[in-house]
Amino acid sequence: MNGATEDLGATLTFDLSRPGRIGCAVAAPDVPLSPLPPAPLLRDELPLPELSQLDVVRYFTRLSQLNFSIDTGFYPLGSCSMKYNPKVQEDIARLPGFAQLHPLQPAETAQGALALMHGLQTELAEITGMDDVSLVPDAGAHGELAGILIARAYHESNGGGDRQRVLVPDSAHGTNPATAAMAGFDVESIPSDADGNLDIEALESALDGNGDSVAALMLTLPSTLGLFEPQILRIAELVHSHGALLYGDGANMNAMLGRVKPGDLGFDVFHLNLHKTFSTPHGGGGPGAGPIAVTSTLAPFLPTPHVRRNPDGEFVLAAPERSIGRLGLFHGNFGVLVRAYAYILSLGAQGLRDISEAAVLNANYVQARLRDAYRLAYDRRCMHEVVISGSRQKAKGVKTLDIAKRLIDYGVHPPTIYFPLIVDEAMMIEPTESESKESVDAFCEAMLAIAREVEEEPDTVRDAPTRAPLRRLDEATAARKPVLRWQREDGV
Amino acid sequence: MAHPYIPLTDEDRESMLRTVGAATTDELFAEIPAEHRDPAFDLPPALAEAELLREMAALAGRSQSELPSFLGAGAYRHFIPSTVDHIISRGEYLTAYTPYQPEISQGTLQTVFEFQSLVCELTGMEIANAGMYDGASALAEACLMACSVTGRDRILLADTVHPHIAQTVETYAAARGLTVITVSTEDATFGDDSACLAGQQPDFLGNVRELGSLADAAHAAGALFIVSADPVSLGMYQAPGDFGADIVVSDGQPLASPPNFGGPYVGLFACRAEYQRHMPGRICGRTTDLDGRTGYVLTLQTREQHIRRERATSNICTSTQLIALAFTVAVATLGKQGLRKMAEHCYHNAHYAAGEIEKLPGYDVVNGPSTGSGQEFFQEFVVRCPAAPGDVNRALLERDMIGGYDVSDRIDNGLLLCFSELHTREEIEALVSALGAIS
Amino acid sequence: MNIPSNLSFSKEHEWVRSEEDIAVIGITDYAQDQLGDIVYLDLPSIGTELTQAGKMGEIESVKAVSDLFAPLSGEVLEVNQAAIDAPETVNEQPYGDGWLIKIRLTDAAQLDALLSAEAYDELITREMEENTD
Repeated sequence: MNGATEDLGATLTFDLSRPGRIGCAVAAPDVPLSPLPPAPLLRDELPLPELSQLDVVRYFTRLSQLNFSIDTGFYPLGSCSMKYNPKVQEDIARLPGFAQLHPLQPAETAQGALALMHGLQTELAEITGMDDVSLVPDAGAHGELAGILIARAYHESNGGGDRQRVLVPDSAHGTNPATAAMAGFDVESIPSDADGNLDIEALESALDGNGDSVAALMLTLPSTLGLFEPQILRIAELVHSHGALLYGDGANMNAMLGRVKPGDLGFDVFHLNLHKTFSTPHGGGGPGAGPIAVTSTLAPFLPTPHVRRNPDGEFVLAAPERSIGRLGLFHGNFGVLVRAYAYILSLGAQGLRDISEAAVLNANYVQARLRDAYRLAYDRRCMHEVVISGSRQKAKGVKTLDIAKRLIDYGVHPPTIYFPLIVDEAMMIEPTESESKESVDAFCEAMLAIAREVEEEPDTVRDAPTRAPLRRLDEATAARKPVLRWQREDGV
Repeated sequence: MAHPYIPLTDEDRESMLRTVGAATTDELFAEIPAEHRDPAFDLPPALAEAELLREMAALAGRSQSELPSFLGAGAYRHFIPSTVDHIISRGEYLTAYTPYQPEISQGTLQTVFEFQSLVCELTGMEIANAGMYDGASALAEACLMACSVTGRDRILLADTVHPHIAQTVETYAAARGLTVITVSTEDATFGDDSACLAGQQPDFLGNVRELGSLADAAHAAGALFIVSADPVSLGMYQAPGDFGADIVVSDGQPLASPPNFGGPYVGLFACRAEYQRHMPGRICGRTTDLDGRTGYVLTLQTREQHIRRERATSNICTSTQLIALAFTVAVATLGKQGLRKMAEHCYHNAHYAAGEIEKLPGYDVVNGPSTGSGQEFFQEFVVRCPAAPGDVNRALLERDMIGGYDVSDRIDNGLLLCFSELHTREEIEALVSALGAIS
Repeated sequence: MNIPSNLSFSKEHEWVRSEEDIAVIGITDYAQDQLGDIVYLDLPSIGTELTQAGKMGEIESVKAVSDLFAPLSGEVLEVNQAAIDAPETVNEQPYGDGWLIKIRLTDAAQLDALLSAEAYDELITREMEENTD
């Protein structure tokens, strides 16, 4: 990353534009020309920039150098599993036999792609211990929507259409309540107990109250606190005894790969984030893929389309009998599925188990090394991520935000901060299995150095970052007087 | 066992376990119920990189991707400049997360701002967001947003919207308890409870229409007018913002990425500035840093799920930022002249093909200025075939080409054909001659 | 933390300045400090009938949204457009130019149940202690 001295942000492609330049020569038609449509249908002006090809390449390349990324540094963003994204997956996804296939071309001409999807469905079902899988959802939140709509459709088919409540732990990611609301449910928060586990008594009373009105409990396992829920079997039993479903948010599946199958623990629906656990690159905010795995009872409700294998061995796209319908244009983010499939093949069962082992060991090692300098949100073994609190530092006038910004000066991406909401001044650290002991140690040293700086020179922390391309940005003015696009000089 | 993606050595593990205070790594998993811990997994053994490449290349080889194809219907193959793949392959873009720390994410953030600006210019709208999953979910979210803006609960959906997009709108609307009413664009009637009318341009069958009067009718009824538009067509046709659209959505795939067997694509989402607090998804805004340098941040975040939780405008979180970047680089490279030329090239190829097919005995082009319908089209049109479209497609496949999309459920023996600037005259004429031989 | 002694307070961190049946309402210095940079106000329109303890609007900072609850019942007479246009005023002068709305009270007796400056001071002192474990 560059420490930029010039004001790169002030100049957009529109500002670089000069009339007459082109970035790409476009071929002229070799067919006889037809008269263009009547003028009212056409646009007079196409107000796009005019750049040379080097302008384009240099502009986007220089901007890229202002980004922090896994390829350039340690990125312990909690619940995001920022692991190494293998380069071979990029080559594989670009094979014409994958990238150039049209989604509607006859199935007989796309058997390789359909076989890959079927193979991935099968492997994800095996990894999660569930009966069937849909690859349609484009991201975790999209998978949640699919899963919760399946819960609704299932209850409706069982005369439980009046089940209006969805329970969500207070440690849950915001997409859980947002998804339940999007599906028309009333959302109720269930508190966590003093150990960071789900408060079983609160769960019992929520389930007991108001008849059998609960449609589902949405549970993240391990939780966003990085903790395995030791009462998981009891929770599943409670939820099921009230006729409700147990929805699993698999954002943290990296902790359990090859160790335990969520299906064995009683989950009815479980979504996976392929862009986390299965190492497809996050791309600065997607594309991802959020497949959902379900029990055989729920399989008929999966989204359309679903890949099946006919008795004659041919793969086809089909609509499940009682499908919740379509969630998008075609059949999911195939390009992401290709990468995830290649990743699983490159690891095998033992490799998956080695991933969770290294991920969990790295996180516990961070916990052990930081436990004296920072307050542990919960003082017990963690899984693949550890949540610490900056409350001691805050009492000395340095906020978690400051600590995060100071980490940037040490060349590390800050962890997830101020989440989960139930931990004061939270920092959620997920080292992942990709990182060596040396890089985890370097991170711990940076955290310890910052803790010392909080004592000795707090202003250094509060002024951070000073070694990044930009210093802190004025987010308040950005929200008060939003400037959301480039404007011409004349303001049009 | 050593694996290239897992660097901890045996020695590392031992020393780290000592620091942690555990005898074995298994101890770290002790909270998993014992009866379910360490089950057997039926998965194939790990492959080395060369083996993996060989196996995946074999799998890719089982599909046919090299045949000339006349399929469109929502996914399109256009020329993508080489700049695109080189830029989006840079690890700094590819392996970054959502830009939560703006000081070290200006690359992503500024390109999002570029994307929003280009989408506004193309669609003729005031503001745009950072993108949605695809064009279908973008239209679905646009309809939900219209309901939230108007406080009404009926969505009028033109029957000319792509059926997969219409079905996606149905799924999203049903979830929220909203009603979708399919209407004809010729005689859409609005009620007091109509939140919006959503149409598509060019429509599913390729037609391009004058939509200003529909926009007026929607506005007169207090409803929003939503247009789902093809981005290449916007290179030559009037921007929806100029004929009264309140929200414009699109799928950016035709410019951004190869068809990829259906995804990842990117949804474009633009609207009037007054609706900014109702918009779903991420939005990037311009600001300054402490030293007064220009910078970009995610803004208006209180709309989003991580803050407003069950009251958020949408649950969307991870979207398809990299494809939005591809779209941005493609549009910047093609530029003002290139995109217009590309659009017109598609138009000329399609119209030449329509004229040639029209000459074939037994074939009847349904849309087109020279046909009875007088209907303008862009790069797709429907041909009434002398046989079932399924049979025609099969016969074309025997001649090593992929035909069109079967729309016989809408038009008797209707086959929807698509032509882009990538088709050569030779390919078009080969198709015409093959069709002639099939009759 | 500034707590003017001539004002009354609600447990939801609003202040009230009343004169006969007219009351001006805003948020306290403590509330604005907790919220951080305020970026957006969603206030009820003139003529709205407010019910005590009912939701009357929202106040947004960069990364939080808080509901505003009516400390008293009454009809909205005025809304501070200047604060809507420049929400930072609420941070800068919570008891002055950063006021939110003016209402005509339906039930002046509700005023008696509000907290005095001393009682409000105790309330926020307790809250601050809880937050720093």
